[in-house]
Amino acid sequence: MIKVLKAGLYDTIQDMGRRGYQQYGVPVSGVMDSYYAKIANALVGNTENEALLEMTLWGPKLEFQRDCLISITGADLTPMLNGVKVALNTAIFVKTGAQLSFDKRKYGCRAYLAVSGGFQTRLVMNSRSMYKNITATVKIEKGTVLETLKTNIDKRTNAHASLKLDLEQMISPILDVYKGPEFEFLTKKEQEALMTRCFKVATKNSRMAYQLDDALENTLSPIITSLVLPGTVQLTPSGKLIVLMRDCQVTGGYPRVLQLTETAINRLSQKFTGDCVEFQMIESY
Amino acid sequence: MSRFQLTYKPYGAHAILIEWPAEIHEDILKDVLCFKQFLENKYIKERVQVSFAYNSLLVFYEFAINNIYGEISALKTSYATIPSLSMSTRMLWKIPVCYDDEFGLDLEVISTHNHLSKSAIIKQHSNTIYTIHFIGFLPGFLYLGGLKKALHMPRKSTPRSVVEKGSVAIGGHQTGVYPNASPGGWNIIGNTPINFFDVMANPPCFAKAGDKIQFYPITKAKFDTIKTLVDAGVYQLESEVIHD
Repeated sequence: MIKVLKAGLYDTIQDMGRRGYQQYGVPVSGVMDSYYAKIANALVGNTENEALLEMTLWGPKLEFQRDCLISITGADLTPMLNGVKVALNTAIFVKTGAQLSFDKRKYGCRAYLAVSGGFQTRLVMNSRSMYKNITATVKIEKGTVLETLKTNIDKRTNAHASLKLDLEQMISPILDVYKGPEFEFLTKKEQEALMTRCFKVATKNSRMAYQLDDALENTLSPIITSLVLPGTVQLTPSGKLIVLMRDCQVTGGYPRVLQLTETAINRLSQKFTGDCVEFQMIESY
Repeated sequence: MSRFQLTYKPYGAHAILIEWPAEIHEDILKDVLCFKQFLENKYIKERVQVSFAYNSLLVFYEFAINNIYGEISALKTSYATIPSLSMSTRMLWKIPVCYDDEFGLDLEVISTHNHLSKSAIIKQHSNTIYTIHFIGFLPGFLYLGGLKKALHMPRKSTPRSVVEKGSVAIGGHQTGVYPNASPGGWNIIGNTPINFFDVMANPPCFAKAGDKIQFYPITKAKFDTIKTLVDAGVYQLESEVIHD
């Protein structure tokens, strides 16, 4: 069990999301950055669908009420165990009563905390991912006690497992994309602008969508409401681009000009207001 | 029984988008549902998921698609060979709505804009039978076809930050019910005490695409009574099987 002494900016429990309920209008949800979430789970010996704590920009203060193995991955929010800085991407053995806190953000936007056995919040529609009107809790507040599964930890073999990761996945501005269903309806000039310009992450960025500045010229009219996916890049009538993220609606009426790869969704989820991105087409069909 | 010229497009590494002609029509709805049912019977639910909208169907594969053109050609063959499936039983659901001013925040605006009295708006809205095309936007939000032209009303230029749960509203040529409180730009004409999305129920929505919806006006007193019964989990929604 883990007690939340102080909430971070936006902490939620997430797993790999809620598949199979989109025909009822339920978003997929799940970890924004599946790359770092999977690494966090692997480091503590969890399966990849185990639920983790996703933390945004600044982290919470937590107290462990049971011995466990933890790992922290993703954005560097300067994690500290009992006031001493600890490494990212490493399995750490934590004793009952220990406190985990965070300090300054160094890079990235979202960090993951995995705990051996995983967080045991209630499964709703086969997922623990928090979402309004689906799960009873939508974000972690001060005073919450998070249940974790009790597991046998072999300190000698598990603790200190560590990975050296290339930061390129986190900081590169390049987002690999496929053509979206309406890409071919853009003029050659519009296609070229879309694929060669740099776009800035606007202040409107969340688990639902990232808006990008600056606007493009746009001659496309809206489409009959159709299906969208996390990673879909929509072109709005004003020419602004909206990249749908994990909590996005299941349908939309704006032309879908691009589709991000899974790696690109992960990369974008580590970006924040003012960061630059550019699209790069992959031709693999 | 293939009837429509469909287009097939890869949509990312995991999905194929199938599109019907760009119009909203009940014949297209029936064809979409037919193809969807066929695919759901063909594939294992955990491996392939099918979702749909007015004139499109999305086939989402758990694993990245290896041979996109092979997969598309398999889907085309499926479409060409779908046996004439009988549609699953379709229902007409009767939805009580209180159109009182307390709930119908935008009745006045529509009345002025469309030169119709409030009672005429209520009459036109409730004596139409609407068809459910699909569920999207919010969990349990039904996209309904059939709103009378006289009631068409552009969305508000500034959306409300909160539209109450149960709000019955008009946006452009569409009408619908907000299944939960949400920001929204549609014009609100009433409120229903009925739950359109129950996260604990399986399936979470009582209505499905292909079913029909009819609204009927109720007083505030009746609204309160029904709401109490709904909250207690004992309200029986009126419905009938559609024969055609």
